[in-house]
Amino acid sequence: MILGKVIGTVWATRKDEQLRGLTLQLVQEIDADGSLKSKVIVAVDSVGAGVGETVLFVQGSSARQTALTKDKPIDAVITAIVDKMDVK
Amino acid sequence: MNVGRVIGSVWATRKDPGLEGQRMLVVQPMSFAGKELGSKIIALDTVDSGVGDTVMYVTSTEATIPFKPVQTPTDATIVGVLDRVDHASGSW
Repeated sequence: MILGKVIGTVWATRKDEQLRGLTLQLVQEIDADGSLKSKVIVAVDSVGAGVGETVLFVQGSSARQTALTKDKPIDAVITAIVDKMDVK
Repeated sequence: MNVGRVIGSVWATRKDPGLEGQRMLVVQPMSFAGKELGSKIIALDTVDSGVGDTVMYVTSTEATIPFKPVQTPTDATIVGVLDRVDHASGSW
């Protein structure tokens, strides 16, 4: 899983039928010290994360291992909202 | 499989039900020669590893295999704690 910060939301009216009802968030990768990295992706939100929150997201086929995303055309999902991180 | 070092932990109250009860560790990927390599990742743990341990981990869908049949959204899982690595450039 990768650390990210939610920086926005994406809206789409015309989309694949299986994406209907899902929240699509813009997530920017961050480093363990919180500094922003260049990569930004669109991820499905399974935990109700809001803009500004630090989250964990999963990419690739692993992203379809939630009840919300199973068998859908999705390659990134937000799976947790980070409360605390302790890095030595 | 890849090699890395456990350098920290992450806590999250709000998370996917598949992650409930799983420890989430911060891992610094390393080369097989023992040098730090690339960006830190967050991995689940199946072998009770801790900060300072050198570990091997699997990525991609294979990371979900240890938790089957429970659906677990992870793309990195620690599957072993390394005692020693013998590499052409030296052991560590």
